[in-house]
Amino acid sequence: MTAVDLGMPGLPTAPRGVGHLRGTQSFPDAARGALRNGQLRANLGHATSTIRGKRAAVVGELPDWEQLRAAGKALKTATMARLDDHLEELERQVTARGGVVHWARDANEANEIVTRLVLATGTSEVVKVKSMATQEIGLNEALEGAGLDVFETDLAELIVQLGEDSPSHILVPAIHKNRAEIREIFARTIPGVDPGLTDDPRQLAMAARAHLRERFLRARVAVSGANFGVAETGTLTVVESEGNGRMCLTLPETLITVMGIEKVVPTWRDLEVFLQLLPRSSTGERMNPYTSTWAGVTPGDGPQEFHLVLLDNGRTAVLADEVGREALHCIRCSACLNVCPVYERAGGHSYGSVYPGPIGAVLSPMLTGVEDNASLPYASSLCGACYDVCPVAIDIPSILVHLRGEHVEAQERPTAEAVAFRGLAKAMSHPRLWHLAQRGARLGRLFSRGRPTLPNALPPPVSGWTRSRDLPTPPAKTFVQQWTEEHRS
Amino acid sequence: MKVALFATCLVDTMTPTVAHATAALLQRLGQEVVVPPTQACCGQMHVNTGYRREAVSIVANHVRAFAGAEVIVAPSGSCVASIHHQQAAVARRAGDEALAQAAEELADRTYELSQFLVDVLGVTDVGAYYPHRVTYHPTCHSLRLLRVGDAPLQLLRAVRGLELVELPGAEQCCGFGGTFAVKNADTSTAMLTDKMANVLSTHAEVCTAGDASCLMHIGGGLSRLRAGTRTVHLAEILASTEEAVTPDQRTEPAVTA
Amino acid sequence: MSAREEVLGRIRQALGGEDRTPAPEVVRDYRLTDGRPAGDAELLALLVDRVEDYRATVLCCSPAEVAATVRAALDRGLGTGWAAGDVVVAPGLAAEWRPAGCDVDDERPAVQLAERAASVTAVAVAIAETGTLVLDGSPACGRRALSLLPDCLVCVVTADQVVGSVPEGLARLDPLRPLTMVSGPSATSDIELQRVEGVHGPRTLVVVLVGG
Ligand code: SF4
Repeated sequence: MTAVDLGMPGLPTAPRGVGHLRGTQSFPDAARGALRNGQLRANLGHATSTIRGKRAAVVGELPDWEQLRAAGKALKTATMARLDDHLEELERQVTARGGVVHWARDANEANEIVTRLVLATGTSEVVKVKSMATQEIGLNEALEGAGLDVFETDLAELIVQLGEDSPSHILVPAIHKNRAEIREIFARTIPGVDPGLTDDPRQLAMAARAHLRERFLRARVAVSGANFGVAETGTLTVVESEGNGRMCLTLPETLITVMGIEKVVPTWRDLEVFLQLLPRSSTGERMNPYTSTWAGVTPGDGPQEFHLVLLDNGRTAVLADEVGREALHCIRCSACLNVCPVYERAGGHSYGSVYPGPIGAVLSPMLTGVEDNASLPYASSLCGACYDVCPVAIDIPSILVHLRGEHVEAQERPTAEAVAFRGLAKAMSHPRLWHLAQRGARLGRLFSRGRPTLPNALPPPVSGWTRSRDLPTPPAKTFVQQWTEEHRS
Repeated sequence: MKVALFATCLVDTMTPTVAHATAALLQRLGQEVVVPPTQACCGQMHVNTGYRREAVSIVANHVRAFAGAEVIVAPSGSCVASIHHQQAAVARRAGDEALAQAAEELADRTYELSQFLVDVLGVTDVGAYYPHRVTYHPTCHSLRLLRVGDAPLQLLRAVRGLELVELPGAEQCCGFGGTFAVKNADTSTAMLTDKMANVLSTHAEVCTAGDASCLMHIGGGLSRLRAGTRTVHLAEILASTEEAVTPDQRTEPAVTA
Repeated sequence: MSAREEVLGRIRQALGGEDRTPAPEVVRDYRLTDGRPAGDAELLALLVDRVEDYRATVLCCSPAEVAATVRAALDRGLGTGWAAGDVVVAPGLAAEWRPAGCDVDDERPAVQLAERAASVTAVAVAIAETGTLVLDGSPACGRRALSLLPDCLVCVVTADQVVGSVPEGLARLDPLRPLTMVSGPSATSDIELQRVEGVHGPRTLVVVLVGG
């Protein structure tokens, strides 16, 4: 299926065969397995309820949270409306301060650029700060394919990398692992680790510190993402906790930053909004331990070579969708994941993309084209909890519903479901047909043979319901029918 | 006031007692109740499953059926939310601006039952009697789309004989979600299980809510477990009095097998 | 066509060419100021509370006591047996604040700073509401590696640098400088989303608040 079917003529989506935006299974199939994993359910339930409580407490402290949220939304909307101008300004400013700006149409081009830049330095090792954009494009695989050693330095990313696992959360990629599982991974994979390592989180963090310390000190090239790029000053921003980001942004000679084009903000002042919204929404802290900003190159302080790679990879296709473009406002705080009842139970891997949870269920299908992730827009009960917590007020439920429409309308031949829904729509539009259809529903009474519930073994799609729930037998008369009979004058 | 009752397609077909209770309650409060006979559905199920084009004629039928109504009341937060947030948008997307405007005007006069009672009529004590231990599940669309707030709780607190127990994890979705319950039956069931565990932890006899759809889901699960707790719609509780448990109110478990 | 031209062209197409929707006006009706002037006693108390909440230590002192308090801060971070050679200070740190005999950072390779146990710097601004100190790469704050590699960081904050809110703090900063905003010691929430202090950055943060 091409993007043309989605009403985005000419704007290419993220290419197949590279990166991590598409799963191998549909969401319901992947979720079915995950739901049976009791350890996963317990880990996720514990972690998400902890963070929900912390977020609620620090958000509640700010009397002007709703005003900040509205400003965040307006800032993002305004930025997208002039995205081209802001990117050109960002390029001018970064260049003026000694940085080099590269543009990448898609994942392949970005991977090529970064690989070429790293190889040109002559090093064989790269240290990385956690970044969604580089996960999305599969940069690690590309660099490893060129013979380079890549070291993830964020604790959770390290856990995932050492465990040969894949990330399941935007902020805490190893949220699906508990301390005992993490201890096991470290004990097995970190060379020379203290054999007496316990599962105390502090000890585990110390083990990661010892493991990475030498790497930071000898690293010559680092790759990072960016949370924000300020157009008017060319200032890039990385928001983090552990200090691994600072190590990468400060010590190597060369810094390569891969930033999605939607991460630009027009002015420095705009950060006064986002630096209040982001930490409180993501880790539930008043401020994260470290935020680093830099503009180009500073003589005598930090990397003396700086490259900024601006990445499209389907983002312009998202921008072309007037309803869906709001998903580009996402500041990747992960609050929507933490409140989502579907995410909490099915886990991040069920989404098959580096972007899981509610935002992933809208962003991934738009980046790849809906037909490549067609089950994701349905992976939600539309409960609306995500919209409520989103610090930039992205109406995720409405985008989910919109994408379901895009999916239905992309079908070239009618599915059984479409035939049924069209028939039902016709009935619901004509009272006489509707009353006939309701009588048809009451035929279910025949199946029930006088019992108050219908039998469990009804055919699909009703079986999806009756496998775990009883279905009441429809009554003999509808309300409207009975009322009309009784009130006939 | 002359209240046009929108039963909603699900209540009308599957649980008409809820609509009878709504009518009886409104009449007891001195309202004149009419039931437009050509009503069918608000279109929500179609829109939420992706059939927004097909929903346009359903919206048109709804607007025709209720044209001229002074005020419309429905015993469903979800359907009223769809009327407020989806109907006009669907018509507009299809290029039918006249229908979109008509739907918007109608939406301005459409209320969910508890909102109508508390915000429009200004009553919280509706004179009901219901001698049972009850827990209340605030359904997602009532809670987050319509923002009914604590109107249902205010109403329940004023019911004589009713012992209201707080539901742990009340604000978490029960897992219904319309076609979600069928397309993602496993995840839906996992959510339902946790909701039922919370409901059962209250030792309530009755779990109530303002949406018949979520109640059918929770009640269907409780029934399958042979749990004693039954689901009863808010309207049915509010319609009950000492003199008469409303003629149509189910006093037996919601779904027995 | 270059990638640059192509991506910009796609954006213009996505936004609908000439008749694109105009950018909405951004209303900034959130709190722009805290209402209390910089250095207000309440703000200082708030800063202390917020910094301590991150499990950092705050030592308050009068302007005359800074040098002694910096030494006390190092006692806290390193234990009382530290030697002057364990400590490196920012080149622009006021001479009267410097512990005697301490090394002053110079143009040595940054990684050599990892050999030192503690560093002492000034700050550019402190934000009370969030307990945030901002270092701006000026001589008094030092280069970024200085406040990163030694395991104990001592920051000297003067009362006039303490503002209430994030907007007030950012307004005082120069976005062209390399900035580091520090809110407590390095920490992680990556294990079961529980906060643990001390990963790659300094594991100990001691703040000397002058005039507090
Ligand atoms: S969609 Fe909103 S809540 Fe979810 S990660 Fe993005 S900014 Fe956070």
